[in-house]
Amino acid sequence: MKVLVAVKRVVDYNVKVRVKADNCGVDLANVKMSMNPFCEIAVEEAVRLKEKGIATEIVVICVGPSTAQEQLRTALALGADRAVLVESAEELTSLAVAKLLKAVVDKEQPQLVILGKQAIDSDNNQTGQMLAALTGYGQGTFASKVEVSGDSVAVTREIDGGAQTVSLKLPAIVTTDLRLNEPRYASLPNIMKAKKKPLEVLTPDALGVSTASTNKTVKVEAPAARSAGIKVKSVAELVEKLKNEAKVI
Amino acid sequence: MTILVIAEHDNKVLAPATLNTVAAAAKIGGDIHVLVAGQGAGAVAEAAAKVAGVSKVLLADNAAYAHQLPENVAPLVAELGASYSHILAAATSNGKNILPRVAAQLDVDQISEIVSVESADTFKRPIYAGNAIATVQSTAAVKVITVRATGFDPVVAEGGSAAVEAVAAVHNAGTSSFVGEELAKSDRPELTAAKIVVSGGRGMQNGDNFKHLYALADKLGAAVGASRAAVDAGFVPNDMQVGQTGKIVAPQLYIAVGISGAIQHLAGMKDSKVIVAINKDEEAPIFQVADYGLVADLFEAVPELSGSL
Repeated sequence: MKVLVAVKRVVDYNVKVRVKADNCGVDLANVKMSMNPFCEIAVEEAVRLKEKGIATEIVVICVGPSTAQEQLRTALALGADRAVLVESAEELTSLAVAKLLKAVVDKEQPQLVILGKQAIDSDNNQTGQMLAALTGYGQGTFASKVEVSGDSVAVTREIDGGAQTVSLKLPAIVTTDLRLNEPRYASLPNIMKAKKKPLEVLTPDALGVSTASTNKTVKVEAPAARSAGIKVKSVAELVEKLKNEAKVI
Repeated sequence: MTILVIAEHDNKVLAPATLNTVAAAAKIGGDIHVLVAGQGAGAVAEAAAKVAGVSKVLLADNAAYAHQLPENVAPLVAELGASYSHILAAATSNGKNILPRVAAQLDVDQISEIVSVESADTFKRPIYAGNAIATVQSTAAVKVITVRATGFDPVVAEGGSAAVEAVAAVHNAGTSSFVGEELAKSDRPELTAAKIVVSGGRGMQNGDNFKHLYALADKLGAAVGASRAAVDAGFVPNDMQVGQTGKIVAPQLYIAVGISGAIQHLAGMKDSKVIVAINKDEEAPIFQVADYGLVADLFEAVPELSGSL
């Protein structure tokens, strides 16, 4: 079966971002960008499904700027067969991305679509669910285990109190949680081979999708800074401070 | 303006996060209706009717909603919610699962995990693991929003007397089914609602050593949390994880033991009122956010702390 994996280019998770002085956003100039960590897990899961003989073709898709080709090449080096970039220079909302993904799903007809559970920049946690709504497919969000058998997929999901397993009819949408797997690294020969794999570039216009949004970001601010704390010398001093100064115990 | 709040529950008990969500709804202003979708959830509807500020409770009781599968619940919420000005749910795993599906069905953008209400159409929410706060304005006819519970003080659970109205609509998409669940058992307070949280990280070295934290937590009436490192190492189950990808907590007192303080962990706890760090590495980033830091070996400091309480 065909598996479609969506990936996003985001600020590297180790970067401490800075808010721009004019409060219009965070400063992304000259900052290291990477594939969103949850998307790496999504790619890995697809590659494992292929290694098990369940997936026959892995198509990786990204909605983003032309520089996002780097992240698509990374996914190709990890084992995806071909890539699709829906090029859009502006920052799109989750709903716009879901609509673009829906258009590609209609074209490609995958049996399984795997996304990360959230992107670490916008922290929205929406796109997979929205794509599921637009396609009418079942959704297995926050997956820690995915088992395909016949025409259904069993997804174990991380929920607040523990874990829950649901069974979804294929085609279905799965979003990955951190514990689904440990992503592999791309080897140098595979990075070289990935340069020759096909990468198709589309535009929202070509897909006939409007990316208009009902949300507008008015302002982006730095969070309130915590006032500097103190170091205590002993447990006794700590208990004394918590009891008499902070009055929390 | 009428606001629809989706009740968080397990068919038996109304979850406390619902009270924080109603508080956010009250800040927006207008009538507040609560939807209880479940099976055999009459008691939950009764509890929701007593919540201060709620004027009506809608009870959709059907086998299709028993496990809150989003494929069935989202169409119900979208159908009922289309005539409301706002649809709110707590940013729990359930709320996050269902609400974006509702938003897409209504063809509107969602606003995730708001921490404050600026006006009826403008909200604040953290982005980049809490390292920036975005103010977002929505022009949508129906504003679909998840609420971060720690951003709003809960409303009173008693005193209201709203009418309970049955909803007959049944949606059963037939694309998904519930197989089973495995819930972690704990007698300690629930992590996201606890006044005091004691968390352990990689420095705990193994799962057995968490007994030191349990002893301390029991003295303090605290919940026990963990960093991702401790969860990934198998010391404790994943539902104890505090952070960007785990639970967001904002207790009165957060005690971080053997936790270095990575950005992703801080995202889950840096709104705590008082933060205490116990770590033997005095360069650990956790000390930059801690109100009180103790540079010490946790295996000596934690038992001593328990003993002195």
